[in-house]
Amino acid sequence: MKQLLTFIRKEFLHVFRDRKTLLMLFGLPIAQIVLFGFALSNEIKNTRIAVVDYSKDAVTTRIISKIAGSPYFNIQRSLAGGQELQAAFKKGNIKMAVIFPAGFGDDLTHTGKATMQVIADASDPNQATTITNYLNQIVLDFNAGLAQDAAQPMQILPEIQMLYNPALRGAPNFVPGVMALVLMLVCTMMTSVAIVREKELGTMEILLVSPFRPLYIIIAKLAPNLLISVVNLFIILFLSDIFLDLPVKGSLLLLVTGSVLFILTCLSIGLLLSISAKTQQAAMMGSLMGMMLPTMLLTGFLFPIENMPVALQVLSNLVPSRWYFIIIKQVMLKGLGVAAVWRELLILTGMCVLLFGISLRNFKIRLQ
Amino acid sequence: MKTLGFLLEKEFRQLLRNRQLMRTLLLAPLIQLIILPLAADYSVRNIAIAVTDNDHSTTSRRLIEKIVSSGYFKLRDYTASYPEALKQVEQDKADLALQIPAHFERDLVREDKKQVYVAINAIEGTKANLGGAYLGNIVTDFNSEIRMQWQVSGTGGTDGPPQVSVASSNWYNPFLNFHLYMVPAILVTLVTAMVAMQSAFNIVQEKESGTIEQINVTPIKKHIFIIGKMAPFMVLGIILFTMGLLVGWLFYGIVPLGSLWVLYGSLIVYLFSMLGLGLLIATYSGTQQQAMSLSFFFINIFNMMSGVFTAVDSMPDWAQAIVATFPPSHFIKIMRPVVLKGSGFGDILPEILWLLALGLILNTWAVLNYRKTA
Amino acid sequence: METVITTDKLTKRFGSFVACDALSFTVGRGEIFGFLGANGAGKTTAMRMLCGLLAPSSGKATIAGFDVYTQTEKIKRSIGYMSQKFSLYDDLTVAENIRFYAGIYGMSRPAIRTKTTQLLEELQLQNEAKTLVRELPLGWKQKLSFSVSIVHEPGIVFLDEPTGGVDPVTRRQFWDLIYAAADKGVTIFVTTHYMDEAEYCNRVSIMVDGVIAALDSPARLKAEFSASSMEDVFYELARKAKRKGD
Repeated sequence: MKQLLTFIRKEFLHVFRDRKTLLMLFGLPIAQIVLFGFALSNEIKNTRIAVVDYSKDAVTTRIISKIAGSPYFNIQRSLAGGQELQAAFKKGNIKMAVIFPAGFGDDLTHTGKATMQVIADASDPNQATTITNYLNQIVLDFNAGLAQDAAQPMQILPEIQMLYNPALRGAPNFVPGVMALVLMLVCTMMTSVAIVREKELGTMEILLVSPFRPLYIIIAKLAPNLLISVVNLFIILFLSDIFLDLPVKGSLLLLVTGSVLFILTCLSIGLLLSISAKTQQAAMMGSLMGMMLPTMLLTGFLFPIENMPVALQVLSNLVPSRWYFIIIKQVMLKGLGVAAVWRELLILTGMCVLLFGISLRNFKIRLQ
Repeated sequence: MKTLGFLLEKEFRQLLRNRQLMRTLLLAPLIQLIILPLAADYSVRNIAIAVTDNDHSTTSRRLIEKIVSSGYFKLRDYTASYPEALKQVEQDKADLALQIPAHFERDLVREDKKQVYVAINAIEGTKANLGGAYLGNIVTDFNSEIRMQWQVSGTGGTDGPPQVSVASSNWYNPFLNFHLYMVPAILVTLVTAMVAMQSAFNIVQEKESGTIEQINVTPIKKHIFIIGKMAPFMVLGIILFTMGLLVGWLFYGIVPLGSLWVLYGSLIVYLFSMLGLGLLIATYSGTQQQAMSLSFFFINIFNMMSGVFTAVDSMPDWAQAIVATFPPSHFIKIMRPVVLKGSGFGDILPEILWLLALGLILNTWAVLNYRKTA
Repeated sequence: METVITTDKLTKRFGSFVACDALSFTVGRGEIFGFLGANGAGKTTAMRMLCGLLAPSSGKATIAGFDVYTQTEKIKRSIGYMSQKFSLYDDLTVAENIRFYAGIYGMSRPAIRTKTTQLLEELQLQNEAKTLVRELPLGWKQKLSFSVSIVHEPGIVFLDEPTGGVDPVTRRQFWDLIYAAADKGVTIFVTTHYMDEAEYCNRVSIMVDGVIAALDSPARLKAEFSASSMEDVFYELARKAKRKGD
């Protein structure tokens, strides 16, 4: 036991003496959470749009001012006509154009119907759909206003309540997602590179011929990263609470337990990677190129998993961060207890044990 | 000049000989480019809804049927009470809970208005917004339907009030194909990661192994050495990009609408700035581990904030200012318009200028730093 | 004898630490000059200044007649260098390494070809021309490294602890190469820890705490210090050193 502690101490020294890497290890999660928490959101606001009004009457003016008053839109300019439209779209200056044909107001008064044209730049389909919807809402609202005047019967009034995140901030979605992503990538990369580095330098051989059991070598190697990640976790939780108004609603103990499980799983992945990689470069590029994008996309915070093709949904089950993301949301944001997350905890435990077991076995076999 | 030739020959030999590396640098990204865009789909469908019908009237049933058959929602559960429906949301089994209160049908006719209650899991903003919007549209539609029927059946009043309707059309991507949007952007992230990391790593490797000392004693001028080191990655970047375009065409049917000259020209300017970043990172790293840490830091931030997955326009002003210093954000603003809208050189000129400026700053800083330390 | 290296009170300071203090010596053409000293004595710093890698803080020095302050580029063209880590590219073949270094020293392609054949013959590595350097045994790597360092036929070659880690027979063979080069008029400036190698040099200088504590031929040094071997000479001088290892 004393030997193990000595070894762990050496590992700590390695890590803590490398100032630059240390900066990254702590600085990265912090910088990212703060940046992303404040900056990222799926909300679409202030979309620049153009208005082309061929009619220029009281009705169009009312509608236009309603649009201008909406936080979703930012009327860039009133264009003169069609030609300019193409050019403006191509330059990316506007994302949508609203066109009122001539005689709009007259049509409305005389026939009870008038049609306005809306053209959305659908390069970003999501944005296009969303802003079209927002515009539709504004028009519906306008119509409702007209209807009020005419005392509409039978009005169904939906009362909508937004749960857990009434202000529709981006942070509640992105912070847990980025937490899962960053912890996973950092743990895997740092562990795999650290171990391969020893291989490359040749000091690993020395360890393996020593009376040290391979298990202890592994534990010692994982220990600093485990500690750093846990400290990072607390820093992130603290920052989220103070700066992003995202306190931990549920049990902190439960959250930490789940997090530690997740971290251990990631460390095991790093371990596994380090066994097959011969050079630090291979380890790093392997974890980065091989894991970054899949993790980002299959965790479920950028894109809903249920939308993905079945094959990818199955694949996402293998990504630990996907399960951890659920745990964070349930415990941190919704304040739920073990009953809500026991399944995810079990899955993570299973992954962790499995990966660790495989790594340990392979570690013993390969001397390289 | 001749020395540059020998340098390049050595670099390419080393690169091509390293099979494992070539696979990681070229193959892995391409596989991801093929598979992952399938995951990147924001379109909101299959929103799970838990419904509580406390009215059990014809009207309420019709409303529910309309919602369920709309294609946007899938009925997760039909609960007896609203708290049960809410629990479904809490447990992440449903995204929305809808309650149609008792006496819904009766009160609509008698009181002329009646509420329905909707609770939405708003953690994921887009889903919540769109889910609410779709539901709202369906309810409004339904409302008009039953109102018209009621009126037609003679028990009702006058002509409907004037209504403005919207004819909407989608340009550049009429089928709202999300892949068109994501594939070019994902390609950019892959090329960025590869070029920035690998170039940094490559130089630091020479530092760590000591061969850089040997180079320093030779008559090779430092700037020639830098060019010799960076050029292979410029080439690799272009190759990866080209392979990516081919993948985009083969697997997703994406054909760039705009000029390939513009695209490749921008690519070269972009790679120039990314190589500058790689070099800069190398000058601040003593070990490969440090190079990796620093590169990872930047690449992760670029990936999340350059407008790949979320719109830059939605960010607060201060964040947008920071993003303006990220070369990838500008290249993405070139990629998407040129590929999807056929934007021309003049359209993307501001972005090219940004890339040039950033590239010059990064490279100058890097070279100055290199002179001092290596 | 024509002098190819001259130094006059060559000094290097790092802040308040004086790594090399007023070194003054000359080296003649074709000499095998041994540069000895304990770790931390300042050998590597001195060598780097002479190679044009490090600018001195004060004092003068010329290499092959070129000034170390203002003509470092010309110096680099006129010298060869073999570093401790051998500095061949592990993932290139023997022939490719030769080609690369010959090329960057400006040799023409025909000259490179001739030189390659010649080198391979001398080292008896003809069969290994297409072998990756990482697969060569250490001794061969060393010899190849040395030959590559003089591929462009410089007048002076600097060797930084070239014989680490090989058996005495291989070391002897290595020194045969050095002798052969010296016979052709190449000046050899070598640092080493092996005291028996000090015996092979024409003259030896021993640095202690940043200054040259002794400089003479091995024979005369042994006489001066009443020592039977260079090892004893070294021990006499080095044990008084105040600076421990690097």
